[in-house]
Amino acid sequence: MADFLLELLTEEIPARMQKGARTELEKLFTRELSASGVSAGDITVWSTPRRLTLVARDLPTETEAVREEAKGPPVGAPDQAVDGFCRKNGVSRDSLEERDVKGRTTYFAVIEKPGQQVSDLLAASIPTIIRDFAWPKSMRWGEASISSESTRWVRPLSGIVALLGGEIVPVVMDGLSSGRETMGHRFHSAGPIRIDGADDYAAKLRAAHVIVDHEERAAIIRDGAKSAAEAAGLVLVVDEGLVVENAGLTEWPVPLLGRFDEEFLDVPPEVIQLTARVNQKYFVCEDASGKLANAFICTANIDAADPAVVVDGNRKVLAARLADARFFWELDQKTTLAQHATKLERITFHEKLGTVADKVERVAKLARWLCEEGIVTPRSPAKAGAQLQNEDDGLLRSQEITREELADLAEQAARLCKADLVTEMVGEFPELQGLMGGYYAEKEGLPQEVSDAIRDHYKPVGQGDEVPTAPVTVAVSLADKLDTLVSFFWVNEKPTGSKDPFALRRAAIAEARLTQDNLLRIPLLHAIAAATACLVETAMNWAGRTQAISMDTIKEWRSVIDGRDFPGRLELLDEAKVDLAEVRSEAEAAMALLRTLKVDAEAAVAKYAEILDFFADRLKVQQREAGVRHDLIDAVFALGGEDDLVRLLARVHALQSFIATDNGANLLAGYKRAANILKKEGHVTPAQAGVQSSDEDQAVLDSGLRRNDDAGLSHTPEPAEAALIAALDEAEPKATSAIEAEDFEAAMEALASLRGPIDDFFEAVIVNAEDKNVRASRLSLLARLRDAVHKVADFSRIEG
Amino acid sequence: MTKSAEWLTFLRIDLSLVRRTIDASRGIGHWLQPMATQLSSTTANPTGVPARDPSGSFQDMILTLHDFWAANGCVILQPYDMRMGAGTFHTATTLRTLGPEPWNAAFVQPCRRPTDGRYGENPNRLQHYYQYQVILKPSPSDIQDLYLESLRAIGIDPLAHDIRFVEDDWESPTLGAWGLGWEVWCDGMEVTQFTYFQQMGGFDCKPVAGELTYGLERLAMYIQGVDNVYDLAFNKQGVSYGDVFLENERQMSKWNFEVADTDALFDLFAKAEAECKNAIAADVPIAAYEQAVEASHVFNLLQARGVISVQERASYMGRVRDLARSSCEKYAEKMAPEWAEKYPGWSIQDKGASNG
Repeated sequence: MADFLLELLTEEIPARMQKGARTELEKLFTRELSASGVSAGDITVWSTPRRLTLVARDLPTETEAVREEAKGPPVGAPDQAVDGFCRKNGVSRDSLEERDVKGRTTYFAVIEKPGQQVSDLLAASIPTIIRDFAWPKSMRWGEASISSESTRWVRPLSGIVALLGGEIVPVVMDGLSSGRETMGHRFHSAGPIRIDGADDYAAKLRAAHVIVDHEERAAIIRDGAKSAAEAAGLVLVVDEGLVVENAGLTEWPVPLLGRFDEEFLDVPPEVIQLTARVNQKYFVCEDASGKLANAFICTANIDAADPAVVVDGNRKVLAARLADARFFWELDQKTTLAQHATKLERITFHEKLGTVADKVERVAKLARWLCEEGIVTPRSPAKAGAQLQNEDDGLLRSQEITREELADLAEQAARLCKADLVTEMVGEFPELQGLMGGYYAEKEGLPQEVSDAIRDHYKPVGQGDEVPTAPVTVAVSLADKLDTLVSFFWVNEKPTGSKDPFALRRAAIAEARLTQDNLLRIPLLHAIAAATACLVETAMNWAGRTQAISMDTIKEWRSVIDGRDFPGRLELLDEAKVDLAEVRSEAEAAMALLRTLKVDAEAAVAKYAEILDFFADRLKVQQREAGVRHDLIDAVFALGGEDDLVRLLARVHALQSFIATDNGANLLAGYKRAANILKKEGHVTPAQAGVQSSDEDQAVLDSGLRRNDDAGLSHTPEPAEAALIAALDEAEPKATSAIEAEDFEAAMEALASLRGPIDDFFEAVIVNAEDKNVRASRLSLLARLRDAVHKVADFSRIEG
Repeated sequence: MTKSAEWLTFLRIDLSLVRRTIDASRGIGHWLQPMATQLSSTTANPTGVPARDPSGSFQDMILTLHDFWAANGCVILQPYDMRMGAGTFHTATTLRTLGPEPWNAAFVQPCRRPTDGRYGENPNRLQHYYQYQVILKPSPSDIQDLYLESLRAIGIDPLAHDIRFVEDDWESPTLGAWGLGWEVWCDGMEVTQFTYFQQMGGFDCKPVAGELTYGLERLAMYIQGVDNVYDLAFNKQGVSYGDVFLENERQMSKWNFEVADTDALFDLFAKAEAECKNAIAADVPIAAYEQAVEASHVFNLLQARGVISVQERASYMGRVRDLARSSCEKYAEKMAPEWAEKYPGWSIQDKGASNG
């Protein structure tokens, strides 16, 4: 047994790639080993900016000899067959052995695979590992790069240390030969370091100012930054991403604390933190009260002769950056958000959809609509619990406002919500969009609800992000996402596979979370139609602006289309007389959008349904991730015709609870038995009849099935049969009214009362009676049972 | 959706056009303090001319870099005599990175960034400044060591100052070029861009060239311990950077932002574009390339005058890109026979291999 050490010395590897590189090295090494039939003990992989290191313990020094036998054709078989057998096994004919197999003399090939030196196997594998290594970006370099086939690596590869049991594994590739010498710290160490093997590697490098274990460097930075902050009487703002990044930028990390001018603290803390983190990779600190302090912590890669020199250099760089940030902060405030917003007219939102100003117009209209329709109310009924406090705030603030006032605030916030995109600060730090708008709105003295909404209207961004509850924010956020979804769907920029460039999936999930957390009752089809109407209007404006259509025509339309009925508006387009030969590319884009939107009512409804389906799909994914059984989700979704997420989910959740009970499980069993009999007897199943059929169809189906009821039974029911009829007579109206009241638990409770009668029925009654009428009557009864259950969910989709 | 909103990209200036300049953006212009250790790479000069003092004067720092790179096999070129946004535009960089022959050159290139002008009032921002470019083809295996040695030569001790190589890749759609490398940090300040060119003009670089771009004013301010660029000692006889350039900055800022006749500039752009095409048709790609450089600068001036709208900008940049790329392509095409003769088996092809 021997330990193996591999070090690939490289010019500085980008910090963000080192984690992936460690995984890749281990993966490829393991692949190569198992291809050679060698197994290793523990494998450890380390990285620094300049090296990737792998240590594999307990490798054999040679592989075992292997003897394999293969049975061939019988002696006397045609030459062709014997030769083919030899070729297949790579043996010569005269080496074949003859053995007796059940009385027939048969050829056998014996293949001896001698043991191999593991060192030789490794020597062959290392170049393969290097060539197969997948970097996010790789490059060629040096003299070898005169061919574009030369080796690619993340940055130039400058040395290979490969030692098995202390002996050099000889590798030669692209002018590099493996050896036992590596380099220490770039500045603290001069000349090559001689490595004996896996055991002295880390220690020798440590003596040369290199800590090869990335975890150890991370710990030094994490702890060092913390104690540097504490020593200054401050609290470090923990940032594990920065810890890892700095560990990837240093071989000998030394955290150092510096101070910047207190004056800069006028700038919002988020800006300071972002400047320090993104541009300079510095940590920041807070004082005891949680306020950002005028301190930063940089991580040097040297034991500096005088750390104060390094700190002061870094301080100056940060000061200049903060000076720029403060300049932007002050400059931006010289213009009101409303003035900034006018510049959005010059910014393309999407080439097929016009400008950001167009988008803002739609969001403003939709936000107002959501309030006026009473979908978002001055006090959104939010969930209890964690959000109580926020809710109280929202309540206090919004208590006195009317629906109309709420609509005004929402529209105002929406009209300003994208204005910060053209500010200097957001130009510099795009990740501050929203936040800066909120700050500027506060500075301008706009209503608190408005600045909150501007700040938070992008939320929720990802899983776990806070979901807004303040009504104005909810209205703007919902409107923004709804518009994005509907607009991109209309121009067919839909997510495909893993590609979702406009984050429509996330928008749908955000929409769903806003709806759920605030218990909003949104008739989605209606909302999609409203968003489409807004899109039509801004498309017309766009066409008018770009002179694709005369302004007179636009004005004329406007006077007619004040309502929200979308298909009605599109008929107006028929009157458009456009000479496209004259128009420029942007006007063409505007016209193309109008043409896309110019569909008849049927096509419009189909598009709405497509968007609704997209919502449903996202909701299914979201619910699955939340641990809801997918078959239960399917069972409820299969009912169709539901565009109210809150109601839909209430049903799913009630079903999940119900199925978990004995009553639920037994009802399901009874249902399945009934459904199976109906299927076997060729009774039309709901699926075949179309679960999503309209009420009218269902009514026709029902009346057909229940004809016997109307006429009265043609036979005397058996007691269990009568009991089931009675139970259904009682449970059905209860379930129906409970569903109407959206009390799905009660509906299921009503159905649960059927459990006993069903069991008894199957126990005592033969459905397949000889009398045709009796049989039909009993099948109808089962169908009635099935239909009653389907009022809650399509139980046929439920597994188990 | 909107956090990563697509439209944000429309707000940002296309840095690829200009980012190889010393001050990759306005955020980085600042300069560090006197170093406790002022160095001494002054060596006796065989000609008897006084020894260099790179930490004492701007011009001595440049001359020290010249000495250093000349001693390491570079031809020392003079600046390209045209207005350009970055040293990378110099034909010694762009065109010479095409083709198989070795090429080692170092030169100072004045860079024009009209929108960065501040009328001489900002201590860190200039519409005209210097880059020091070194181009080494093929990239030598000790290029990092050479670079660090050059820093020592001009007075930066890497045990007193924290020198770091931080990932920074480069892409210029204008030139159909990209490369991987780093920005080099000195105590947190970016002082050099270090790039291994992988493609130029849409062609694979065969072999790859290493490019070093030093920000001269920034380095000098650091080494001299000066907070205002105009306070830099230009020489040792009391001439400051301000004495040389302050009035230029005032007048040129005014001209760039306020005076330049935009009709004439639009006209110049059109003429440069036409002349570039004319030169390509006449099989003189170097002349064509010069016109592409001219068009690029005129476009920058039009930007400074604020007469190019957001929508138009993309279209103008596309036109500049077409000129630059077709000039490079024509150059490669014209030189191909000569290269093939000198390097049998070598071919310019494999065009269009993708980034990464």
